[in-house]
Amino acid sequence: MDKIVDWFSIFWQESAEGTGTYAYTLLLGLQLTLEISVIAAVVAFVMGSIVGVCRTLPSPLVRRLSGAYVEFFRNIPLLVQLFLWYFVLPELLPRDIGMWLKQVPHSNFYTAAFGLGLFTSSRVAVQLSAAITSMPRGQKMAATALGLTTRQSYTNVLLPMAYRIVFPPLTSELLNLIKNSSVALTIGVAELTQSARNMDSYTFQTFQAFTAATLIYLVLNITITAVMRRIEHGVAVPGMLVAK
Amino acid sequence: MFSNFDFQVIIDALPYLFLQGMVFTLKLTLLAAIFGTIFGTVLALMRLSGVWPLPQIAGAYVNFVRSLPLLLVIFWFFFLVPFIAQKMVGSPRPIPIDPFLTALITFSLFEAVFFSEIMRAGIQSLPKGQVAAGYALGLSYTQVMRRIVLPQAFRNMLPVLLTQTIVLFQDTSLVYVLSLNDFLGIAGKIGQRDGRLTEMYIFAALVYFLISFAASQAVRRLQAHTAIIR
Repeated sequence: MDKIVDWFSIFWQESAEGTGTYAYTLLLGLQLTLEISVIAAVVAFVMGSIVGVCRTLPSPLVRRLSGAYVEFFRNIPLLVQLFLWYFVLPELLPRDIGMWLKQVPHSNFYTAAFGLGLFTSSRVAVQLSAAITSMPRGQKMAATALGLTTRQSYTNVLLPMAYRIVFPPLTSELLNLIKNSSVALTIGVAELTQSARNMDSYTFQTFQAFTAATLIYLVLNITITAVMRRIEHGVAVPGMLVAK
Repeated sequence: MFSNFDFQVIIDALPYLFLQGMVFTLKLTLLAAIFGTIFGTVLALMRLSGVWPLPQIAGAYVNFVRSLPLLLVIFWFFFLVPFIAQKMVGSPRPIPIDPFLTALITFSLFEAVFFSEIMRAGIQSLPKGQVAAGYALGLSYTQVMRRIVLPQAFRNMLPVLLTQTIVLFQDTSLVYVLSLNDFLGIAGKIGQRDGRLTEMYIFAALVYFLISFAASQAVRRLQAHTAIIR
């Protein structure tokens, strides 16, 4: 028993950063991970919905543009995308705007959140447009026959159904998004993984630090999966093979 | 916008970027894909075996690894592998291991989880009658798997396996955090040395894009080519 208490004692020591205990350091990391994830999830959902709908519209130009959007964000590694937004974009913009961008407080946090959001939006777009095209053609036709405009047929007929179909894959995208938020550490955001590394570099208790981070990710994952399962039961379309 | 763009920096760096960086990245990708598929297939077979406790072990491994960020797993392995090697050899201190080898172990074990889910879907998509017919003919479990189930599962899932390999190719860029000399690592180092990060990162993004895009188009064509109409 003493051994276990001893093993955990490192978490209650004052951290070298002077902000509190090491447990607190990790919780701050978790908080940043969650904040990045929430912003990124909103960005991914909004942009993914817009681009996903565009991919199914009749206009060839709109389709091609949204296709290019998806290919761009899908074929470049997330890490490289973050570098593009963080290091490259301010250099390419006109001087004044670039300078302003570099001086925005917490610019690395916002870059990570929006970069991760855009990266994930391409995946959301693919899922959503696949769901829309997987629906029976008759639905769109019936909507048109009833005299609905394209916009109305999307908001009243196609999308309410598509979002319900796409819910389970979006859940796993959300879990991916949370894991991917750790890439933010490459541009200096002390999210959960980085805060474990910081704790490690101050204390040399690598095992404890990484174990703590691992457990937190595990609990986070299990919690979100459980919550999403609950919601999934409510939104699953009866008669479709999504609910198990 | 591009008035200060220095193409010469990129041209000068080309041999180093490709002969060392890209070779590292591609070698890591291909070997990790091969080992990942092998280990992933084993995991899938364990999960479907129904022999206690194999499905539980494989399932726990898959769910555990799947809920962790790859970066954390990379840090874990670069910390742990020298200690494991020490235990295995019985040496008095942790043994420094070649970073490429450590990266290969990490990516193989990590990606195996995703390959195993793909192989599991591939095996389950086959009609049950095939396995039953195999047993009825007197084949053993190994024979049924090796001669009937796995070849078909593998063939049907080849496009998905290759798509996962493209994801793996992009994921290997994360070894940047250990400042290894993969493609992105070298691009970053040269960019920092010459104060030309803009050029190097744009070029790196372009190269990653072209390779991934070309590969995914090729996979799409292969998919149309190999699809079995049922």
